[in-house]
Amino acid sequence: MTNQPLLSIRDFSLDFDTFDGVYHAIDDVNIDLHAGEALGIVGETGCGKSVTAKSILQLLPSPPARVTSGEIWLDGENFLTLDAKSIQKKRGIDVSMIFQDPMTYLNPVFTIGQQLVDVILAHQRLKPTADRINKAAAKTRAIELLERVRLPNPERQFDSYPHELSGGMRQRILIAQALSGRPKILIADEPTTALDVTIQAQILELIKDLIDELGLSVILITHDLGVVASICTRVIIMYAGQVIEDASVNEIFGNPRHPYTKGLLAAVPHPTQHASTLTGIPGSLPNLLNPPSGCRFRERCPLVQEKCSERPGWTTLSDHHGIACWEFSEEKHA
Amino acid sequence: MLDINDLKVHFDTSKPLKRKTIVKAVNGINLSLAKGDALGLVGESGSGKSTIGKAILHLVPITSGSIKIDGFETNPLNRKTERELRRRAQMIFQDPHSALNPRLPILRSVAEPLVLHADLRGSELRAKVAELLETVGLPSQFLYRYPHELSGGQKQRVCIARAIALNPELLILDEPTSALDVSVQAQILEFLKELQTKFSLSFLFISHDLSVIRHLCNRVAVMYLGEIVEEGLTTDIFHSPKHPYTQALLNAVPFPQAKQPHREAPLTGDIPSPVDLPTGCNFYTRCPKMMKGTCETTSPILSELSESQKVACHLHS
Repeated sequence: MTNQPLLSIRDFSLDFDTFDGVYHAIDDVNIDLHAGEALGIVGETGCGKSVTAKSILQLLPSPPARVTSGEIWLDGENFLTLDAKSIQKKRGIDVSMIFQDPMTYLNPVFTIGQQLVDVILAHQRLKPTADRINKAAAKTRAIELLERVRLPNPERQFDSYPHELSGGMRQRILIAQALSGRPKILIADEPTTALDVTIQAQILELIKDLIDELGLSVILITHDLGVVASICTRVIIMYAGQVIEDASVNEIFGNPRHPYTKGLLAAVPHPTQHASTLTGIPGSLPNLLNPPSGCRFRERCPLVQEKCSERPGWTTLSDHHGIACWEFSEEKHA
Repeated sequence: MLDINDLKVHFDTSKPLKRKTIVKAVNGINLSLAKGDALGLVGESGSGKSTIGKAILHLVPITSGSIKIDGFETNPLNRKTERELRRRAQMIFQDPHSALNPRLPILRSVAEPLVLHADLRGSELRAKVAELLETVGLPSQFLYRYPHELSGGQKQRVCIARAIALNPELLILDEPTSALDVSVQAQILEFLKELQTKFSLSFLFISHDLSVIRHLCNRVAVMYLGEIVEEGLTTDIFHSPKHPYTQALLNAVPFPQAKQPHREAPLTGDIPSPVDLPTGCNFYTRCPKMMKGTCETTSPILSELSESQKVACHLHS
């Protein structure tokens, strides 16, 4: 991939200061997102996938969060160095984000229409006076957006309160809000985890269509490999704050190389193929207050070797496949 | 072993001076479970699957119907039959973090049923709890730990230890792995499978995750709005689902593989409110194969399609 990435996260590390000590949540993460791409970030609880995504828009409270190194580049600007005022202008305009539980992100005492219009009007303040739209136009735009996210009867639903809507419909409202600033990048943090499978299918279908219709680039954060397989083109696997494998969907599912990725795939029950046994990954996540040196997966790894106490470098296996594991870096040099 | 006959659980949610509103969470279901069977109860949120699990243990008031465990009728329940019921059937909940008292060490949590029912005390009790922990794969150092010192998977194992303490015949598992990561889920599922064969337990496994049910259960019942729409052997249901809702559910499951199978368009709309049930078939408002004149007027009856598969749909009657 020679073309310039749209978003580029370089050598990013982040700590949390806690009463128990310093929690090394993210350790030297590199992620590129290309235009029009749907990138999945997969990992288990505590692997740092949400923290990485939230850092792009500086959404983590600091303290306790503290960026220790790295750069996040979008359109020639380093997002990590922007002050509070400048980053606010980027939120919703360059990058938008939707979250897991749509109810907690909507205000229960205002109608959904009102909340959507508020977001649209907030974006207007950043524009030159001549381009701004008034309240009435904002309402028209809001209804357009509700149609775009395929909310049934948008005119009527405009005056509903969040509690009158189902989880799937609320998630559509959040997507409409996220799209109101015409962002280039949509970050979806576990957007369907709180939803039923049939509703999940609807929302995934919607996100897929938005990628095609609006040329949106999407970062999808999830723990569900099935969800990733159904809409993403590329997948990044994270473990304990490190990126351990980065490959196209075909490679991840057809030719997984990292022992952790293999472990994850063996742990998921498949809806049609009947596996006689599922293999879990023995052990549990390392404590990131005091992470093991080198590869953070080594304590649970079936292929552990002496070298693993040093951090493995990034090995490019092919155009669409990179990995951080000693097993493969040696193979290459030998 | 377990025999449920025409079970109804209705909740009166009327507010004073307002129209009477009754949530029909479970609306006349029949289920039977043989010894050593693992029956998966699947459905979307609001379908009433958890309510059935709770109703069996009388954790919610039952409106009408009969629940028999090994011929032992549990409805109505008095103090004596309640003790008997709790010994025979136990439940494991979704969230292990809230199922354990944070102020009690593991020993006390797991010991509670043994103290109440088996009247064990002192070192005998401690030995029995240690043995239970060993059964679920936890070392005896955990006896004096508190829940906050344990990971989610370990807590769920503690809950399992507590549930099997009295050698129950029936274990009701209400989404036992949905709060856990996949690598831990795999460990717990494998362990539950082992446990089932070892003690020839009967499982009622409630889940929204079809893949998990497929892996663990030999029979499946699919629920929609308080009724069972299809029931049968796991292999039959997954290979040739007959009810349009079952087909839609299976169609919606994302596959963890690069090549996605061809999919029909997903179901539109949401599950209707259990207060205003649709007339006729509950599913007709969303059904892609709705037949005008039949489906919205008469409700289909769960009828046998083959020896191992039952379906409630006009298409198959």
